Amino acid sequence: MINAIIDIAPQLARGLSITISVLLASAIFAYLMAFIAGLCRLSQNTIIRKFTGLYVEVFRGTSLIVQLFWLYYAVPMLFGIQLGSNWWIGVIAIGLNYGAYLSEVVRGSILSVAQGQTEAATALNMSSFQRMRLIIFPQAVRMMLPEFGNYTIQILKGTSLVSLIGMTDILYYGDIMRSSNLSQAPLVYLLVLVFYFILALPLIWLTRKGESISRKGVAS
Amino acid sequence: MSEPIVKFQDVHKSFGDINVLKGINLDINPAEKVAVIGPSGSGKTTIIRMLMTLEEPTSGDIIVNGTNLWKMEKKGDMVRANEKHLRQVRGDIGMVFQHFNLFPHMTILENCMTAPIHVKKETKEEVRERSIQMLDRVGLGDKLNNYPSQLSGGQKQRVAMARALVMRPKIMLFDEVTSALDPELVGEVLEVIRDIAKHDDMAMVLVTHEMDFALDIADKVLFLDEGVIAEQGTASQVIEHSTNERLQGFLHRFRK
Ligand SMILES: Nc1ncnc2c1ncn2[C@@H]1O[C@H](COP(=O)(O)OP(=O)(O)OP(=O)(O)O)[C@@H](O)[C@H]1O
Ligand SMILES: [Mg+2]
Repeated sequence: MINAIIDIAPQLARGLSITISVLLASAIFAYLMAFIAGLCRLSQNTIIRKFTGLYVEVFRGTSLIVQLFWLYYAVPMLFGIQLGSNWWIGVIAIGLNYGAYLSEVVRGSILSVAQGQTEAATALNMSSFQRMRLIIFPQAVRMMLPEFGNYTIQILKGTSLVSLIGMTDILYYGDIMRSSNLSQAPLVYLLVLVFYFILALPLIWLTRKGESISRKGVAS
Repeated sequence: MSEPIVKFQDVHKSFGDINVLKGINLDINPAEKVAVIGPSGSGKTTIIRMLMTLEEPTSGDIIVNGTNLWKMEKKGDMVRANEKHLRQVRGDIGMVFQHFNLFPHMTILENCMTAPIHVKKETKEEVRERSIQMLDRVGLGDKLNNYPSQLSGGQKQRVAMARALVMRPKIMLFDEVTSALDPELVGEVLEVIRDIAKHDDMAMVLVTHEMDFALDIADKVLFLDEGVIAEQGTASQVIEHSTNERLQGFLHRFRK
């Protein structure tokens, strides 16, 4: 048993760099999309609002795997666009998908800052941009932190899908180990779980931290 | 006699089907202290919210310092004011709210400093000094780096006043600033208002249920009832010698 673990663990560890790099890149991309789309959905401009609404509903309403396959197989064939290496395609698909979910968090947080805050800022003669930048947004961000933490943990789990488009992440090496020695399957997948859980630990800790920050310093 | 700093000219306001204000005419002179009293729902808050540009009148004009607040000239026509016009005119007006509305993510010093720095583009040093002075004046000089959540209601309201005063408004609006406070904290807030009223030469409009206080500091008292100013005059005229029956009924309920 111990021997088997010593055998398998280093193999799985070879996938760490892909899992971690896809996690970091797609999380950053998702956050970016979340803020852009979340703010666009609050825009005065109907076209911008409707268009972002469409993006959010399409990406929330369909599954990540299908989106991944679309970007990997369908888009290049249909439109002749090469989106980049499969690493990039994984990052883009995961980023767009979770960006859609997180944009709702951004929008909801901004809307839930108390109306009185906007009024006090107006009474101090701030412009609408200053109200957003100095008063509403900083409070909204505090409220977003816990949800951003939760979704980042989801993103970590989502990264395992990139093994389906040939990326050599932790799950990919797990599959290889299993196919070379079927009797080890339970142990292999147990170790895969342990790997993901260990990666999730700092995210869980950050989420807790975010929760305690968001509990103070917000008017609602 | 100088020009009024604020004029309401036949101002109406309705929310949907409810006509809340039905023709308000009112002059406020520079440095004048005006108390607004009246039953709940009579539109007291609405009047000062329109002056603060938080609520748009349905019709009529509000003139601030000679400029129409809610309308601006465009190619010879008077059209609805845009954000830029509102910003130009409301710079002279400050407001203190019933529920304080302090910025919870900032210390109380930052609460005071933010607007002068970003809105009036004053230097940080200058604003800092003035903010500390102002917080000292309202008795909170020792709490500069506390957050609003660490203060009592009375302290919060005093910060809100300092925050408004640092902007040096010519007109200050107070909307029942003591009614969300525990009774034992009301006194300290009224004391600060009294101090401002006696020593600063800005115009003040106070919506209040504190009759004795109104009697003490107001140059003019308005009794708002059923959408109009039913009675106005000096504090003693309105509060002590009026013959208006509804006003007497209203006052009676306050002085058991
Ligand atoms: N945003 C709004 N939408 C709909 N109705 C409103 C709105 N604001 C005020 N009203 C209504 O307008 C009327 C006047 O409200 P206002 O707050 O000005 O009264 P008030 O004299 O300040 O009362 P109080 O003493 O209770 O504070 C009330 O009937 C209120 O319900
Ligand atoms: Mg009111």
